[in-house]
Amino acid sequence: MSSRIGVVTFPGSLDDRDAQRAIAIAGGEPVALWHGTTNLSGIDAVVLPGGFSYGDYLRAGAIARFSPIMSSVIDAAKSGMPVFGICNGFQVLCESHLLPGALTRNDHLHFICRDQKLRIENTTSAFTSGFDTNQEIVIPLKNGEGSYIADERTLDELEATGRIIARYVDVNPNGSRRDIAGITNEAGNVVGLMPHPEHAVEAGFGPSLDGLAFFTSVLSTLVNAS
Amino acid sequence: MARVVVDVMLKSEILDPQGKAVERAAQRLGYSTIASVRQGKRFELEIDGPVDDAALARIRELAQSLLANTVIEDFTVRVEDN
Repeated sequence: MSSRIGVVTFPGSLDDRDAQRAIAIAGGEPVALWHGTTNLSGIDAVVLPGGFSYGDYLRAGAIARFSPIMSSVIDAAKSGMPVFGICNGFQVLCESHLLPGALTRNDHLHFICRDQKLRIENTTSAFTSGFDTNQEIVIPLKNGEGSYIADERTLDELEATGRIIARYVDVNPNGSRRDIAGITNEAGNVVGLMPHPEHAVEAGFGPSLDGLAFFTSVLSTLVNAS
Repeated sequence: MARVVVDVMLKSEILDPQGKAVERAAQRLGYSTIASVRQGKRFELEIDGPVDDAALARIRELAQSLLANTVIEDFTVRVEDN
């Protein structure tokens, strides 16, 4: 039986269907979850997709963080369920304090949409175990508020504990501290990533198939855990 | 009805690209004495009932959890005179 991976749709989510599609292509069973429920429908893992939840009003991710589904997601994350926040989902995870730091407006103020090279530096988290250490990948990046910020002590701790899962290579597209594109929590089950792996999973669409390994990684993680 | 104002500003050490853009525009318009601009948010809360210490404590709780992200922002709470 394939693993059931939920994808939350908030008002203003854009990439929920692409995330569901990526999960199916990876061999999992995608489960659509609505923001207004607290019922996680027996899922094994959850993806918070990209987009502009609640219009990015107040701060990106700030209102989504208080939606009914997030109280269940936060509880599940704390008891070890794999949670993957992509772009706006990463912002929601920071606002929920499941991940440290914050994502702020790009330092140059422009919305960026480009194929971005990344280096995968952590291959033990629930969503990166299928990569080789220091593997370079190219996936789409599209954000206006993707500049990762935390205080120096937090950044040092992330470095020392290997919790920076991916860094931007060649160009830092948004002013993120220490070129950070994605991080994980201490347990490795909660992962946030600013670029979009779900747009690089199928031949003919996107710059590569490099995004697929994020989704196959969590399926392997779940099989190994059971 | 009493009004409570919550002002939220990016912490001084956090880069404020929006404030910088406004600052550059102001200088372009000839306001040469404006040395620096920082942009923030102002929330006006109309309060039912008395604005006593307990009410202000509740508002600070809201400011801390929702109105501001204290990782990157500071906030102030004040009662506005009618």
